[in-house]
Order: sequence, then C-alpha cells, then structure tokens
Amino acid sequence: MTAPATISPEPAIVAHELTRQFGKFTAVDHISFDVKAGEVFGFLGANGAGKTTAIKMLTGLLAPTSGDARIAGLDLKTETEQIRRRIGYMSQRFSLYEDLTVLENIELYGGIYGLTDRQIADRAKVMLETLGLTDELVGKLPLGWKQKLAFSVALLHEPAVVFLDEPTGGVDPITRRQFWEMIYATAEKGTTVFVTTHYMDEAEYCDRISIMVDGRIATIGTPLELKQQWNVPTIDELFVRLVRPK
Amino acid sequence: MTDAAVVVTDVSRKFEATQALDNVSFETRHGELFGLVGPDGAGKSTLFRILTTLIVPDSGTATVLGLDVVKDLWAIRSRVGYMPGRFSLYGDLTVRENLEFFASVFGTTVQEGYDLIAPVYRQIEMFNDRRADALSGGMKQKLALSCALVHRPDILFLDEPTTGVDAVSRREFWDQLDILRKSGLTIIVSTPYMDEVMRCDRIALMQSGRILQIDAPGEIGSHYPLPLVEVIGPDRYRMLLALRRSPYAHSVYPFGIGLHFTDNRSGHDPSRSANEVKSYLEGEGFTGVQARPIAAGIEDRFMDLMPQVQRVS
Repeated sequence: MTAPATISPEPAIVAHELTRQFGKFTAVDHISFDVKAGEVFGFLGANGAGKTTAIKMLTGLLAPTSGDARIAGLDLKTETEQIRRRIGYMSQRFSLYEDLTVLENIELYGGIYGLTDRQIADRAKVMLETLGLTDELVGKLPLGWKQKLAFSVALLHEPAVVFLDEPTGGVDPITRRQFWEMIYATAEKGTTVFVTTHYMDEAEYCDRISIMVDGRIATIGTPLELKQQWNVPTIDELFVRLVRPK
Repeated sequence: MTDAAVVVTDVSRKFEATQALDNVSFETRHGELFGLVGPDGAGKSTLFRILTTLIVPDSGTATVLGLDVVKDLWAIRSRVGYMPGRFSLYGDLTVRENLEFFASVFGTTVQEGYDLIAPVYRQIEMFNDRRADALSGGMKQKLALSCALVHRPDILFLDEPTTGVDAVSRREFWDQLDILRKSGLTIIVSTPYMDEVMRCDRIALMQSGRILQIDAPGEIGSHYPLPLVEVIGPDRYRMLLALRRSPYAHSVYPFGIGLHFTDNRSGHDPSRSANEVKSYLEGEGFTGVQARPIAAGIEDRFMDLMPQVQRVS
C-alpha cells in the first residue's frame, strides 16, 4: 500500500553490498536494495537462494561477512541492539508458547519487549477484540488463528519493520487472505512489512518484490513493472524463468 | 470388483477431542492421479495413515486395491508406496544406503526397481555417497520419492510432497508425477496449494475432516453458485474495503493482481454485476477500475464451501 504522507522519507531498510559467506560458499552475494517506509515488500527466491541468510542478517541474528545495512535508520553493525527493539519477526514455524494462554503469551512477549503493564493490558485488550479471540491455550487454536496471533504479537511493541518468513504456509485460503488484510492494515499504519512466501499469487499482493537467485537479487520492482519488463503474464512465470533459465 | 483402487466408506477418526476425519467417503480409480486438497488440519494425513494401514478408523471401512485396511494390512503394505509429510529417511545413511535399505525391506533390489525410479533418482544419483541429512530440501524430496517407489508399488500415497518447496521445484515434482502416471501407477497426492492440482484427474476438497466436493479440477469452479467479478485497479486495499460496504457484496477477497467480488444475487447477469461494481467504485472516487465477469477457480469454490464458522474475521 502507498505510504501515507506523514511517514518520514527515510527508507525502512537500506542494504548495501550485503554479503555472507560460509567457508567457501557465498550464501548472500553483494545484495543492495531499499525498502520504503510503509511498503509491503515481497522477498522471493527458490529454496537455498539465500533468503533465510539475508533475513538473519537484516534482523541482526547473523553478522555479514562484508557490506552494511541500515534498518529503521539504525546501523546494522553498530546499533544491533536498538534494531532488535525496532523490528518484529514471525517465522513459518510458530513462535508462541503452545502451553501458555493467549494472554500469557502477550504478557510474556510484552515483558520481553519492555512494555509497561498498562501498555500490555491495553494492547492485549485491543488484540483480543480485533482478532475475535478468547483467552484460551494457544496450543488449542487452529493454525490460522495461531498465525494471526503470532503476527499481532510481533507487532506488540509497534516496530518500524516487521519480518514475516512464510507466514501463510499450510493455512486455508480464507485465513490466508485475512492474513494479507492484516498485512495491508499494518502497512497503512506506516509499519514496513518484509515478507517471504511460496504462494506466487501472494507475490502479486506486494507493493514491490525482489527475486533472489544464487545469493543475488536477480530482479526487483513492482509486480506490474516486472511483468512488463520481462514480458511475462504472471510473477509465477517470471520466477520460473529466473530460477531455471533455459 | 469394480475398477476402484481405493474405496473409503463413512470413515471417521478422532484424536482426543479432535475429529480428524468425519464420515469421509470417496473412491479413486486405477491409474488415476487423485488429489486431496486442503489446509493443515483438513484430515489429509490421517486419511493417508489409515489407507497405508498405520492407524485404524474408529468407524467406517476402507479398501486399497480391493484389500481391507484393517484385516489385510500385511497384503496392503507390500503393494503401497508411501511418502509421509515429514522427512522420514535415515539421515545418517547415504543416498544409496537409504535406497538399498528400502529395497531390502521389501525383498527386492535397487536394480529391479531402477527403470521406475530412474526419472527421479537420476537427478540425485551423483550424490549417492552423501548422507541424507546433508541433502537440500529438493533433493531429500527426490530421494524420499525414490524410496517410496523402489519396490514397484501398485499405488503411491504422497502426503504433501510439495509443502514448503519453492514454486519451480513444485512444478518439477508435478512433471515427475506425470511421468509416473503414464506408467499406469495409481497416485493419491495431498497438497495445501490449490493452484497446483490442475494436473490431477480428479480432486477432493477437504476441510476440518470432511470432503467438501469431488470433481475434475477444471470442473470444480462450475459449481460456484453466485456471479463472480474480477476487479483490478490502483489502491487495492481501499477498494476492497469499499466493495465490502457495497449493497450486493456476498464476499470480497484479494486474488492475484486484483480482487474477486462475489455478487449476493443468485442468477444475476455477471456482466451487469461487473458494470455495477465499476460504477459503484467510480461513485466512491476510484479511477482506473477494470471489472469483468470471470469463471470461478478452485480456491473460489473452496472458500465458498468452507464452513460458515471459519469465515468470521
């Protein structure tokens, strides 16, 4: 979604020649790109293309071999701790505690993020209302609800950027779309959404996408621009062409 | 005996409080590529475990190749190939050792099954001495398929072989299934990706332990009961919110590059519906809107059939 005019013009993510090697293997090879504030950015690539390594670097979990990046205006190398407080993260593997209730999970993560009791209580109330959830054991929720809850919890501390790593895998088609509506609503409020997916129709839902091939960004742009530039009817076609060149 | 490969009749199965399968019935034919399509929790894996004799149903009956899944389990086991949803090969055995192990369990050799597994196995044969744990996701999948095929089964059960796999590898996997099908093998495959089942002969849509519909993939959409309009234009999210407020909206969802608007008036002319949608959005201040009537696809129909309780947002 288009960022409201009130958002500061500084990009949410600026990666410059970001590189990571494991021994002789270069998993991420000098990638440079910007993500604008309030943008929904789709980070695509084949299995093993280097997406996960790139995300680990951008979230401060893995040090780059070379290159640098700024996340929410902060330097990846020198301000890693501050960055962690300004980003949210949700992985394809469910990250909440199954044997705690919904509220207990919110309280736990709120505490970790350093929110006050009052903030936690207020935000928990809004969250339960918005999601239409009662305070039950998280383990008993259907997968789709768990994913929506995990996304909400990743937004609990109102981060500048939220990273979603295959958030909709295995989820039914209605919940998948409800999840995307949550993404749109989040971006409307100015939070930048950085998302990976294997559903090629979801690539079309993004403001801009990049496709990684063998550690590099092979192409980047709006879905429409890319389809015109490469003369393909769908992002699915483009993906196939880039990942398996004839 | 009919030409049915699998006959499932009123099968139910519970796990504690969860009704994993709820009175499921269907038949698949010999040589058919049959798809079970549905999200996590639909009951696909439970069904596979029953058909491969790993668990028994609480009620109902099922036969595989004319054999009863409860009484004839040993006869069934030697004739089915099964690729479970989770990687279940031996990680500290090499590629070749895994293959040889699975062949020996069924009293055969890799050589005897070679021509059948070759289209898949040849792609990983150069890694014969690599431990299975050290393979990439795509290669593990190819090894698992080879192991499920090495004893020349008469029927193959593949539980979510493409989940978490990128779009290109998914296509390649379906190419391999095409080749296997042409050899006459009966294949039952499950997937949560609704866009990839077009190559099945027939599919069953599954949700919450029930089968919602069975038909050829190209026919599923023809059961859609209401006019459907594709809407494309800038600022999709605001357009979606506006359309939800329109008087004839049954449902509005993001779909690919646009939105799918379902008109709540059964029998209403879809072309008129499209024109009305366009006028409505222009009245709401949107410009550059395109709206056209379209035929429903598998996902449209699946969402339409999902129990009401699931729709509350």
